[in-house]
Amino acid sequence: MKKEKTTHTYNFIWGFGAELLLLLLGAVLSVSYGSKQIPLTEILSFVTGGDVDSFLGAVIAARIPRTVFGLLAGASLGISGALMQSITANPIADPSILGVNTGASLFVVIGIAYLGITSGIGLIGLAFIGAMLTAVFVYGIASVGYGGANSMKLALAGAAVSTALGALVNTIMLPDSHVMKEFRFWQVGSIGGGTWEDVRLLLPFFGVGIFLALCCGASLNVLSLGDEMAVALGVHVGLIRLVSAFAGVLLCASVTALAGPIGFVGLMMPHLVRQLFTGDMRIVLPMSALGGAALLTLSDVAGRVLGRPGELEVGIITAILGAPIFVWIVWKSKVKSI
Amino acid sequence: MKHIAEENLKQILDRQNRRATLCVILLAVIVLLLGCGMLMFGNTNYSMAEVWSYLLGKGSGSGAYAIGSVRLPKLVVGGLAGFAFGVSGYTFQSLLRNPLASPDIIGVTAGSSAAAVFCILILGISGAVASGFAVVAGLGVTGVILLLSGRGKAFGSRMILIGIGFQAMLNALISWMLLKGSEYDVGTALRWLRGSLNSVQMSDVPVTLVVTVITAGLLFYCNRYLQMMQLGDEYATALGVPIQETRICCLLAALILSATATSVTGPIASVAFLSGPIAGRIAPGSRKTMALSGLVGVILVYGAELVSKNVFSTSYPVGVITGLLGAPYLLLLLLNLNKKGEKSA
Amino acid sequence: MSSLAIQHSFGAKNISTGYEEKLILKDLNMEIPAGKFSVIIGPNGCGKSTLLKSFARLLQPKQGNVLLDGKSIYELPTQLLARHIGLLPQSPTVPAGITVADLVARGRFPYQTMFGQLKKEDYEAIAMAMDAMGVSELADQPVDSLSGGQRQRVWIALVLAQDTDILLLDEPTTYLDIAYQVEILDCLAALNRMKQTTIVAILHDINLSIRYADHIFAMKKGNLVAEGNPKEIITPELMREIYGMESTILTDPQTGDPYVIPRSVVK
Repeated sequence: MKKEKTTHTYNFIWGFGAELLLLLLGAVLSVSYGSKQIPLTEILSFVTGGDVDSFLGAVIAARIPRTVFGLLAGASLGISGALMQSITANPIADPSILGVNTGASLFVVIGIAYLGITSGIGLIGLAFIGAMLTAVFVYGIASVGYGGANSMKLALAGAAVSTALGALVNTIMLPDSHVMKEFRFWQVGSIGGGTWEDVRLLLPFFGVGIFLALCCGASLNVLSLGDEMAVALGVHVGLIRLVSAFAGVLLCASVTALAGPIGFVGLMMPHLVRQLFTGDMRIVLPMSALGGAALLTLSDVAGRVLGRPGELEVGIITAILGAPIFVWIVWKSKVKSI
Repeated sequence: MKHIAEENLKQILDRQNRRATLCVILLAVIVLLLGCGMLMFGNTNYSMAEVWSYLLGKGSGSGAYAIGSVRLPKLVVGGLAGFAFGVSGYTFQSLLRNPLASPDIIGVTAGSSAAAVFCILILGISGAVASGFAVVAGLGVTGVILLLSGRGKAFGSRMILIGIGFQAMLNALISWMLLKGSEYDVGTALRWLRGSLNSVQMSDVPVTLVVTVITAGLLFYCNRYLQMMQLGDEYATALGVPIQETRICCLLAALILSATATSVTGPIASVAFLSGPIAGRIAPGSRKTMALSGLVGVILVYGAELVSKNVFSTSYPVGVITGLLGAPYLLLLLLNLNKKGEKSA
Repeated sequence: MSSLAIQHSFGAKNISTGYEEKLILKDLNMEIPAGKFSVIIGPNGCGKSTLLKSFARLLQPKQGNVLLDGKSIYELPTQLLARHIGLLPQSPTVPAGITVADLVARGRFPYQTMFGQLKKEDYEAIAMAMDAMGVSELADQPVDSLSGGQRQRVWIALVLAQDTDILLLDEPTTYLDIAYQVEILDCLAALNRMKQTTIVAILHDINLSIRYADHIFAMKKGNLVAEGNPKEIITPELMREIYGMESTILTDPQTGDPYVIPRSVVK
């Protein structure tokens, strides 16, 4: 039930402005904060090509790719969540709830254990196939039977598939300590290892995903009125659903392959946007992207602050932040009795 | 209008009842056979006569040890745990009216697991303290989920959804602890996460037995109310079922039952989740489905243990084998529901 | 089962109730005429269902009380009460794989003890209920395989097997085509005549209500606006008051009952 609030254009501008500000704050903090603090002036002069202490310069140069990677990953997750929630007409759709992450994990662990794949692009491919198959499977299980894919059936199907695939992951992992060692690190979502190489790998997927998502925005608005209505209004329902599902899974799978499973970002941002501004997907998509980027970098910084002297992986921070928000969403969406 | 003779009616009603009774007997026989198998087969195989003499305390040496101290506790504890998971899973599924809503799916056992992993990896404690901590944490997490679910009509749905949210969060925490723990402990913790009979001892039996008997007894007592509640809360109330009391009582009993079993064997994946639907398939709509679920649970655990010890070269914990059964079941559910969906459409 | 129903005095005394903060019924009094077929009519959201739920102990009143023979229904043991008052809710759930006979047999729950088996009178009641609703031939069929109309009759059979003196039905004819509606209402009317079971039903079709009801309760915004014999109380004024709708009222040439033709909605 989307309430079209009496918002005006300046309201959106205000919203975009606030998000950009947060994003900038996240980016600056992410570069300046760490085991070695770097003052803002140094960063500014580094960026503008000015004179910087060579040690500080090296630290900044190392932190910038991590920050850029975090921004891209956050934006991807935000858009991916908005797309999934929109095509399933379901407020709780998120890679971590739908079991899509576990599907990606399974394929990655198969790749490490049996196929000897360690390259980033190979893992992205595997994670994407795993995520896509799982998403289709879960949605299939949830939508059959009485009442279609409602929140509850979707969540249960996701959790059940997660459990079953988790057992498969363990079966592969248990006998082989090498795989366990490798995979253990992959299992917790973190952007700590982000390099320019990762950014370069993520960028094409990011570009394609975002482009497709933004193209679908207007049609998704119509789709929210129900399939029959959408057909009557001239939307290719099947095509739109396919393209946006492809974009959504592509975005989250590529992030998952490079950074590991980072849950709840895609759940939180679209909800905040819809709650604060509008349900218009043409606005929700870009705002979720900006917001997701800001949220992920800020969470990453928070992980570094809270986890001193080491750091807490960003996947843990978003999970802890996300759970209460999830409870709030469950209450707000007024689930029906069973 | 056609009249139905009472005799006819009686026959129709009895037919189902008889079928269910027959199934109970049949499953009990299977349990017995698998139980014998568990005592006989393993690294070294023994004949029934040997097993019997060892059980009576007549033999000595490695055989007596293998059977008396390794296989017998596995048999007893595994059986109790399987029964506990089966009954508690069935209770959850029928209370929440959803075949997927078993305690291992909706975050109840995840609380226990997270606590146990925390004990083993972060605090470096294992054994009875970790088990006790796991039970308390499991109940605590569920308490929080229940509190957050509020009251009223949508209670069940909210509980399932919030449980799943918690499950996702707890799983992230568990993965993180596995990452931070020392590599040596991770194996132990991971095996514990998937449920295993490998470390059970005879000393685990008394507590597990007493708790299982009491809570399962309570559930069997409430069973006839549960049957009525399948008709929906409104009908059940109109027929005189105290639904609020029944719900709280059953939830608590089922929780304690599954948390206790989890604390001894770890969460043996999919047993709670599969037993109810399998039992329901064997004897649909019967009052004996609860007992059947328990027996199916035992069969799953015994069967998986036998398979893991005798089929694969790597000895997988029993939970991995049962967990694998979950995937084909979901596929089956998908195909099956598809057919039904067409019919009702 | 063949014995006549006991005639109870039953009704609501000054009840106020609702969900959470919102009050739906406000200080409502209603006395159900014993042994009669009563129908409650009123627009959506006027509190009909809420009232029926209060009668069946599904919703505890915030104030006031529901009295059965002068005693609050909350003071009676639940299973005993379930032998006096039966309810057909709007959307019951079907347990997987259950057969018709088994489902109807569950209506005997209030008469059973902990490990009690079904007794002779239970079988009698179940058979009679199934005969009355014409579902005897379906006895060993699974309920999930039935059509909507058949299913609804099975549910009503369950409530009949409960063998209560008072029967509350929340829209028993929704989703059914007109022939099924008449058939089900005929069954209920026959039950009312033969056993003098007190029946209270919520119906949406005003003309069917008039035809079957001995007594009509007209509700609006949580209050009782009018009650009485349909011939006396159904007037254009009443229609305007409860539905905000202009109407012409004809007389049924066969029965002499009023027949409402809706005209236009009052703006």
